[in-house]
Amino acid sequence: MNLQISHEETNKVHYLTLSGEVDAYTAPKLKEMLVPLTEEKNTQIVIDLSNIDYMDSTGLGIFVGALKSTKKNDGTLKLRGMTERVKRLFEITGLTEVMDIDNEVKGEAR
Amino acid sequence: MSNKASDFIEMTVPAKTDYVGVVRLTISGIANRMGFAFDEIEDIKIAVSEACTNVVNHAYTDSEKGQIRIGCGVYDNRLEIMVVDHGKSFDYDDVNKSLGPVEGKSVEQLNEGGLGLFLIESLMDKVEISGEAGVIVMMTKYLHRDEVEENVDRTSPAPTQ
Repeated sequence: MNLQISHEETNKVHYLTLSGEVDAYTAPKLKEMLVPLTEEKNTQIVIDLSNIDYMDSTGLGIFVGALKSTKKNDGTLKLRGMTERVKRLFEITGLTEVMDIDNEVKGEAR
Repeated sequence: MSNKASDFIEMTVPAKTDYVGVVRLTISGIANRMGFAFDEIEDIKIAVSEACTNVVNHAYTDSEKGQIRIGCGVYDNRLEIMVVDHGKSFDYDDVNKSLGPVEGKSVEQLNEGGLGLFLIESLMDKVEISGEAGVIVMMTKYLHRDEVEENVDRTSPAPTQ
C-alpha cells in the first residue's frame, strides 16, 4: 500500500513513472512531486501509469488539477500506459475526453 | 432472495487516510471469499475507498477525532457494504430500515465528494445515501456467478449528466 514515483528529465521533458497505489493516503506524495513541475513555464510532462495497481478519484482529481495547471503555464501533460482498470476509470468519468492519453506504450516496453 | 445476512462483519477505523487502504484490503478479502470476479472486486474496492475517503475529507473538523464505521452484510446473492461517518456502534438491521431511496437533497450535500460519489454509483449495483445520523452510504454488489457476460457495456463511457 504505497506509491513509488521515479522522475527523469530528458530534453526538457519530465518523465514520471508511478507504481503502486494512488489513493487518499499516497496522494500528497504525488501532488508534492507533480504540482511544482506543472507550474513551470512550457513544461512537458509524461506520466507512465502502467505499474499502477490501484487508483481512485483522488488520483483522477490530481491529474485534473495537474492538467489545468500545465495548461495555464502553456505546458502539456500526457498520460500513458494505463492498465484496463485505470483506463476504465477515466472512461466512466468522461476524462478521456479532456486528458491527453496515449496507451500505445505499455508498461512491458520499459 | 434472502433478506437476512448470513454473515455480518463490522469494522471501525480512525477517519484518517492511513486506514482507507486497510479497509479496502479487508473488503477485497471478503468479496474474494464470496466468489466475485476480479473486475467486480476492483469495483468494490474503489467504491469502498471513495466512501471512506469522503468521510476522511468531509465528515469531521480537524480537531475532531472521528471514526469510520464499516458494516458488511454477506448474502447468498450479494454483498452489502455500509459506510457510516458518526454516531454510536450501529445495529445493522435498524440502520438498514432507515435507508430510503436517494433523495435530491442529501446527494446535493454529498456532491462535494464529486467524482467519488459518481464513481460509487457507477461501480456498484445499488447505492443508497441517508443523512440522518451523520452520513450513511449503503452500497450493494450482486454476485453474477451463473450469468454470462452481462457486463458487456462496462467500458462504455457514462452518459453525460
